[in-house]
Amino acid sequence: MTYNFAFLDEDTKRMLRRALLKAVAIPGYQVPFGSREMPLPYGWGTGGIQVTAALLGPDDVLKVIDQGADDTTNAVNIRRFFSRVAGVATTEHTADATLIQTRHRIPETSLREDQILVFQVPEPEPLRTLEPREAETRTLHALADYGLMHVKLYEDIAQYGHIATSYDYPVLVDGRFLTSPSPIPKFDNPKLDRSPALMLFGAGREKRLYAIPPYTRVESLAFDDHPFEIQRWEHQCELCGSGESYLDEVVVDDRGTRMFVCSDTDFCSGRRVEAQA
Amino acid sequence: MYVAVKGGEQAIARSLELLAEARRGNTAVPELELAQIREQLRLGVARVMQEGSLYDEDLAALAIRQAAGDMLEAIFLLRAYRTTLPRFGYTLPLDTTAMRVRRRVSGTFKDIPGGQVLGPTYDYTQRLLEFDVAPVPHVAPAEAPLPSNMPRVLDLLDAEALIERIEPGNDPEPIDLTREPLTFPADRATRLQNLSRGDEGFLLGMAYSTQRGYAESHPFAGEIRMGEVDVSVCPEELGFVIEIGAIVLTECQMINQFHGGNGVPPQFTRGYGLTMGEGERKAMSMALVDRALRCDELAEPNYAPAQNQEFVLSHSDSVEASGFVQHLKLPHYVDFQAELSLLRTLAAQHAAPPPVKQGEAGRGSPALAPAQECATPPQLSPVAQGRESIEVQGT
Repeated sequence: MTYNFAFLDEDTKRMLRRALLKAVAIPGYQVPFGSREMPLPYGWGTGGIQVTAALLGPDDVLKVIDQGADDTTNAVNIRRFFSRVAGVATTEHTADATLIQTRHRIPETSLREDQILVFQVPEPEPLRTLEPREAETRTLHALADYGLMHVKLYEDIAQYGHIATSYDYPVLVDGRFLTSPSPIPKFDNPKLDRSPALMLFGAGREKRLYAIPPYTRVESLAFDDHPFEIQRWEHQCELCGSGESYLDEVVVDDRGTRMFVCSDTDFCSGRRVEAQA
Repeated sequence: MYVAVKGGEQAIARSLELLAEARRGNTAVPELELAQIREQLRLGVARVMQEGSLYDEDLAALAIRQAAGDMLEAIFLLRAYRTTLPRFGYTLPLDTTAMRVRRRVSGTFKDIPGGQVLGPTYDYTQRLLEFDVAPVPHVAPAEAPLPSNMPRVLDLLDAEALIERIEPGNDPEPIDLTREPLTFPADRATRLQNLSRGDEGFLLGMAYSTQRGYAESHPFAGEIRMGEVDVSVCPEELGFVIEIGAIVLTECQMINQFHGGNGVPPQFTRGYGLTMGEGERKAMSMALVDRALRCDELAEPNYAPAQNQEFVLSHSDSVEASGFVQHLKLPHYVDFQAELSLLRTLAAQHAAPPPVKQGEAGRGSPALAPAQECATPPQLSPVAQGRESIEVQGT
C-alpha cells in the first residue's frame, strides 16, 4: 500500500495547521491538538514529526538533527522516514534547509526568515515538575501566575548560590507565557530571542503545540542580581578550533582522556572546510 | 585520534537485517502462518486488537508475528497502522443485552434467568503443563440453545431500586480520544474510552490496589458476559440502519457498595468494563478502576492513586508509556554535558565554599513583570558572591 504524501492524511494536516496558526497567534501558549499515533515511538519526536508532516511541501529541503548532529541514529531515522513517505530533498547544511527538525539543540549558524525550526518536545509544560496536575497548570498559565517557577529559581540561588537549571531553562515568550524551550541547553536560549525564523514546538505524547513567531521577544527567567548566563568552556573545539560553539565532551581512551568537539556537526565541518580553503 | 561518529544510517540498516534474522529464528523450523496465530493464540490476538483499538484478527496476527510475540510492540504496530485509515463514520451504540452469549457468570446470585454459562474459560483448569498434546475433544451441543436475549443481572436489582439508575439517553455524545486530546476533568465516557485502550497490566495493578485499601469499594462481580454483538451503522445518505458485522466483546458490570452521600441514598453503584474480544481480566480491572474514578461524583474521599483521574488516565496507555520510558536510550549528550558542567561547578563550590559577603544581600528584585507579586527577591542569598565562577566549567 502507499501512504499519503508525508504520511498523514490531508484532514489531519489541516487540523495540525489550524492548531499551528493558533499557536503562532498566541506566542508561547500550549495549544491542545488531536495528536496522532505515528509509526515512531512517543518520546522519540512524534510531535516534531507531525508538525514537519503538516508543513512539508514537495519543494522543501529538510534537515534533521539530534543533539546538534545530523548523523545520530534517531535523526537519521526521522530523515529516512520523510525521504520514504514524502520523497523530499534532505540536507545536512543548515543554510540549505527550508525546514529543520531538531531535538535538544538550535543550530549555531544563524537562521533566516525563510526557514522554520521544528522542535521535538518531551514535556511542553514548564511547570510540570513543580505541579503535576494539568488542570492546575492551565489555570496558572491563564492567570500568568508563575510564582512557583520564580520561587524554584530563588531556592536554587539560596541553596547553591546560582540557578541550577542547565537545560530546558524556562523562558517568558512575548512577556506573557512561561514556556519550555524544550531540553536545549541554556546556551541556546539567546538564539530564541527575536529569531528571524519561525520556531514551532510539537509534543506528540502530551498532545500540545506551541510557537515562537519570528522576531518575538523571548526572555530567560532571571533576577536583577542573578542575571541569566550561558555555559562557557575553557576548551575550544579540537576539530575546528571554535571557541563560541556548544561543545560535546568525548571520552577517547580507556584512561578517561577527554576531548571537546562541536555538538553542531554541520557548523564544525563547515569551519574545517573553510580553514582548508 | 578522534573520528566524529558517522555511519548511523548504515548501522540502522544492519540492525534491521539482524532483527529480521532474529525474528525468523531457525529457518529449518517452518514460519508461523497468520491463520495459526489467529486460531491458536486468540487471546493474544484479542489483546492486541483491544489495546490497538482496531478490530481485525488478521492484522493483529500479522502484528504479533512481526513483533516476535512482544504484545506491546504488536499493539504499537496496529495503532500506527490505524492512524492511516480513513474514518467513514461511527457505529450506533452496541446492544450487549442482545449478545450471543458464549460465557456469562455472576458472583452475586446463585442462579439467574438465562443461567450461569461457563463457556471456554481457564478458571477451572488445574494449570498442569500438558506435555502430551491431547486430541481435540468433540463438544456435544447443549440440550437447549441459550436464550437469544439474556437480561442483565444488574437490571434485576434495578427493578427493586437497589442500584443506581443510569438513564439511557442522558449520556453526552462521547468525544473520540484518538482524534481529540484528553482534557481534565474528563467525563465518564471519556475515562472509559481511555481505560478501554489502556494497558492491561497497568489497569490490573490499579484495580488490585483498590482491593487492598486504596479506595476500597467492596465490589461484587454483578455480571461478566462474553459473546458476539452485532455492529450497525446508519449512513447519512441512506437514513436507515444497516448491520455491518459482528464483533466479540467482554463486558463486566461490577456492583459496589455505596453508603450514600451527595444527596443520594445508600444503594449499590456500578463500575463498568468493556473490551473487544475475550478479555475478562482486563474488563474486570477496568470496571474496578472506573468505579474508583467516580469518587468525586459520589462525594467519596479522593486520596488513592486509582481515584486520581489525571494519574490514571495520563499513564494508562502502553504505547505512550513504552515510548517515553524507552526514549531514555536516545542520545542525551547535550543535556548530559550541561549537567556535567553544572555538577562540576557545584562540586567545586562544595569543596571550597565561597566567602559570605553580607553586604551583597537584599539587592535582588525580579526582572520579569508578570511575576512581581509572586517572586521572592533573593534577599537571603548568602552565596551570591560565588556566582562569577558559576558558568565556567572546571576540569
